[in-house]
Amino acid sequence: MTFRTYFQVDGGDRSGLAAQVAAQRARVTDRLSSVRRVIAVLSGKGGVGKSWVAAGLARAAARRWPDGVGVVDADLRSPTVARLLDAVGPLAVAPAGVVPARGTDAVRVISTDLLLDAGRPLTWREPAAERFVWRGTLEAGVLREFLGDVEWGALELLLVDLPPGADGVADLHALVPDLTGALVVTIPTEESERSVARAMRAAADAGIGLLGVIENMSGRHCGACGAITPLFDGDAGARLAAAFGVPLVARLPFDPAADAAVAALATVMDVLP
Amino acid sequence: MKFLCIDCDAQMAFEERRQPGDGTFAASFRCPRCGRAVAMLANPMETQLVGALGVQIGGRELDQAPFEQVRRTMEGRDDAFVEPPAEARAGRPRWSPAAQARLERVPRFVRGMVMKIYGEYAGERGIEEITPEIMDRARVDLGLEGM
Repeated sequence: MTFRTYFQVDGGDRSGLAAQVAAQRARVTDRLSSVRRVIAVLSGKGGVGKSWVAAGLARAAARRWPDGVGVVDADLRSPTVARLLDAVGPLAVAPAGVVPARGTDAVRVISTDLLLDAGRPLTWREPAAERFVWRGTLEAGVLREFLGDVEWGALELLLVDLPPGADGVADLHALVPDLTGALVVTIPTEESERSVARAMRAAADAGIGLLGVIENMSGRHCGACGAITPLFDGDAGARLAAAFGVPLVARLPFDPAADAAVAALATVMDVLP
Repeated sequence: MKFLCIDCDAQMAFEERRQPGDGTFAASFRCPRCGRAVAMLANPMETQLVGALGVQIGGRELDQAPFEQVRRTMEGRDDAFVEPPAEARAGRPRWSPAAQARLERVPRFVRGMVMKIYGEYAGERGIEEITPEIMDRARVDLGLEGM
């Protein structure tokens, strides 16, 4: 038996799946055309305070560019940025898109924390069988809609708080080819250095510009005397910056007072393209 | 995906799709020359693998609604969204009591989007009142499994 194969049959493909996917990408590009900078906040390691730093960066940026800053919480399974910025729902649905929540300093925020019931994990309606096969695709779809379906408006800066790990930044880059770059968060330890280095290498290999390293928990700030005493052994921030040829843009001592971090992160805005 | 009638060496034409609500997908195609029809039957995993891309199998009939994939796939809280006020829906097709009762059974997380989709479907076809029968027809035409 002989018969023609896909490309030998001239007629159109009814579903046009490739065209639909292309339209999805175009929707993201169109939406972000009014955003001057899209910057990923990443770390290869969990527990380094990445989201806390991202929230601080957003507030510092909002003081530089009032009403011009947004945050996408891409840590879909463990969202914290909305809470850190005191952003709450419900989210208004407008014809052209979903209106982001407003947090501290008028930062615009979108996060699964605004969509999930309190105390409930991220779960999907789809069949539970073999869920691991399509979980990543579903999560990529959510991130795509967070970027493309939200009425971000004109922004100077849109921060994307990525989940811990090395692969999230490449996924983001696939959705946002014009990604401005990435800021990297570490703590001083050697363990963090090794883990964060992998994420930085993944970003560099994907052609993503590394804008700088922020070392969090870089000593402990004494509220009484103002002194900064060591908290962890290590010098990961400086070592990573040197290894990748990027600046160490901030060292943040452990200090529960968020305003101190916001003030310390103000200078990061100076290194952004 | 294309279907070829080997006997006629002709591409078969799409006729209908169905998503019966059990996670599966079906589409029928007919040969324009000999009239032979075939049905493509996809199991839940095959259906989900494609659906996870946020695309419409068989082609997209309506514009993508905001957060369409989020609302169709995520388990979300009832009060996550505030929909446009009723006056913004002026001129839209009205909902029969039976259709409204059926709509009430849709989780609130997705209800606003479902309402918008059915409204646009009816509006584009000059349908003045949405009834359960119209909803059934739209489900078939648009591939709205479980809505």
